[in-house]
Amino acid sequence: MAAQKKATSRKPDESNGTQVNGTKAKTSTGDEAAFSTDEDIHAYRQMLLIRRFEEKAGQLYGMGLIGGFCHLYIGQEAVVIGMQMALKDGDQVITSYRDHGHMLATGMDPKGVMAELTGRQGGYSKGKGGSMHMFSIEKNFYGGHGIVGGQVPLGTGLAFANKYRNNGNVSITYFGEGAANQGQVYESFNMAKLWSLPVLYVIENNKYGMGTSVERASATTDMSQRGQSFGIEGEQVDGMDIRAVHAAGSKALEWIRAGNGPYILEMLTYRYRGHSMSDPAKYRSREEVKKEREEHDAIQMVRDRLLAAGKDEADLKEIDREIRAIVSDAAEFAQNDPEPDISELMTDILVEA
Amino acid sequence: MPSEVLMPALSPTMEEGTLAKWHVEEGASVASGDVLAEIETDKAVMEVEAVDEGTLARILVDNGTEGVKVNTPIAIILLDGEDESDIGAATAAAARPEPAQAPQSPETAPADAGQAGDKGRIQTAAAPAVGRDPEVPEGTGFTSTTVREALRDAMAEEMRRDENVFLMGEEVAEYQGAYKISQGLLQEFSAARVIDTPITEYGFTGIGTGAAMAGLRPIVEFMTFNFAMQAIDHIVNSAAKTLYMSGGQMRCPIVFRGPNGAAARVAAQHSQCYAAWYAQIPGLKVVAPYTASDAKGLLKAAIRDPNPVVFLENEIIYGQSFDVPDLDDWVLPIGKARIAREGKDVTIVSYSRSMDYAHAAAEILSGDNIEAEIVDLRTLRPLDMETVINSVKKTNRLVTVEESWPVGSVGTEVCQRVTSEAFDHLDAPPTRVTGTDVPMPYAANLEKLALPNAEDVVKAVRAVCYVS
Repeated sequence: MAAQKKATSRKPDESNGTQVNGTKAKTSTGDEAAFSTDEDIHAYRQMLLIRRFEEKAGQLYGMGLIGGFCHLYIGQEAVVIGMQMALKDGDQVITSYRDHGHMLATGMDPKGVMAELTGRQGGYSKGKGGSMHMFSIEKNFYGGHGIVGGQVPLGTGLAFANKYRNNGNVSITYFGEGAANQGQVYESFNMAKLWSLPVLYVIENNKYGMGTSVERASATTDMSQRGQSFGIEGEQVDGMDIRAVHAAGSKALEWIRAGNGPYILEMLTYRYRGHSMSDPAKYRSREEVKKEREEHDAIQMVRDRLLAAGKDEADLKEIDREIRAIVSDAAEFAQNDPEPDISELMTDILVEA
Repeated sequence: MPSEVLMPALSPTMEEGTLAKWHVEEGASVASGDVLAEIETDKAVMEVEAVDEGTLARILVDNGTEGVKVNTPIAIILLDGEDESDIGAATAAAARPEPAQAPQSPETAPADAGQAGDKGRIQTAAAPAVGRDPEVPEGTGFTSTTVREALRDAMAEEMRRDENVFLMGEEVAEYQGAYKISQGLLQEFSAARVIDTPITEYGFTGIGTGAAMAGLRPIVEFMTFNFAMQAIDHIVNSAAKTLYMSGGQMRCPIVFRGPNGAAARVAAQHSQCYAAWYAQIPGLKVVAPYTASDAKGLLKAAIRDPNPVVFLENEIIYGQSFDVPDLDDWVLPIGKARIAREGKDVTIVSYSRSMDYAHAAAEILSGDNIEAEIVDLRTLRPLDMETVINSVKKTNRLVTVEESWPVGSVGTEVCQRVTSEAFDHLDAPPTRVTGTDVPMPYAANLEKLALPNAEDVVKAVRAVCYVS
């Protein structure tokens, strides 16, 4: 993980309009902070890894090698990579079942992730968790949770442990705009603010909870303001622009680390693929998806920036090739690795006391 | 080598579909993510995207073709630097008998793990080898202690021993516990470790579970287990299953405790026994002590246990006193039943408050020359069937006693296990004494009818002993 140093270190700005009490939060955009070329390249490489990985996962699913539910992250890559570039070692990450991107962002091995998708012994959970349930204590990745909203109190609990130990770490708790209507989210908000817990709630608003648009499911659609009644500040961020994500994430983390308690970032993003693999695709138009892909693609944006800055196209092609090889190796491993030994059926149920 | 585009499956059950429409023509250049075609089943429509970059050299299946089998090649993409002459290699490869197949399901697994009946095997392999209760050295004094004090002492001792242990719940701190279990803990351990929560079980149970995943050792108190129904998602889905789902990586050392079952005159929503609910869940340990000595020793064990433990108390017995040995560190093994009374004529298996009915019945029966052996299960998961079956081998008769509803109860499980594992030792069909299969009524007379009592136990014992 090279080139993670920020080009510009921004001080938290108390007067940027993110106060509560009905004032509309400011929306962060990418104009706020430039990336160095190294950072742009890092961002490009990491986002491309997720995109290619997910395309390959979709393909393996289509071939019957991945079973059950499989929720792809294609389109939302800038969110996790921008955030990962902002956090520091020791910070925890926890998310829902659309989790492959988060795992790759934390540096988990693509082979181990893909082998879990195919249910093989070399998967992160020895094949016993699947697409929705992977963990890595080493990379501070706490799952991988299949019940909508369930990770929100759990992530708040990670923050509770940080405060209990006074270790200066922050829990990055991701959830979607669909989960943001869950009651347990507000129970968590209340305790997080009451106890001033170091948790950053990152709401990935990809506009649809399965096939229901945010407007059809939510009485208020500005998710960044969902903490208002608890006094939790929040802001909307252009989640397709990795610089905006990184700038907002860095600022929010600094603010939380200063002891100010929880904060909310609503990432305005978009998923190109269906909710899961068996998605009827009847709830939005093809034109809408096409427009998002063509006009707001996070990876294309970084690619354009790199080319505009004079980066050689051949260098980017070389990165493409490297990523393709990594993903190809992962897929190869995931298809050839054996299924878990049948003795694994009855292991890992309880820790031997 | 040119890349084949295969007919994808939209779900694990899909075998074939319709190639509804091609979005690109032969000769077009394609990049990763470009939509190539639409496929349809009766359930869904899906776009097939290119995974490789190159030229769509051949379309192998036309628009509108129905019944295209999953994994059939539908197109060929030439990658950078390849030309038409490479296609031969691809089609030759396509002629291989079977494209990549998902591995076979366990039907073909070797017999030693998949034989008939094995699926009903109760998960005990991962349970620790259970030891006996520690010896109480000769000359040890005993102090008469209420269950309430014993629980408090257990928590205080463990909090002194390990600073990762903390208590959270409604009214546990300033109020000193809704049932005064946490009396004095706030004063000794401060508000950082004895934490009053809002009345939001789902949220604070999830927070406690998350803190346990981060390595702390929370004790989550439910004012009663009736309210834990709002939080059962985190107890079952988050706490119990994570170790397995993570392939053994992610531990969750946490205790969920509080009063369970009927109190007195608090009606249907506040009087439910959840013993069978939690005892069914692999990944949990479930403890339900009766005496103060067991309450103390087992709560200390639960707090030290690296697994999630559901610790079911009973409000009615909080104030009952029992002798507790004056030992510095009284820790009992989880998973071990206790012979509470020795006898030769019938085995009565019970737990928690129902032990009162068992003891009262045994006294009455003794007057009729029926000597009952009473087994206090203490732990409901894993069940100590060895102790139960050894007792049944001696008495040849079994009666279970609990306040829970009858359907799928702990007693039902004990009867089934004894029937299948010790059938030849039984002289009568095992019998259950349970609560009545109705929501708990408020009226005093009806409430009495809805709960078991000593007389019910006496009747059941006489029946299995064929004594009128």
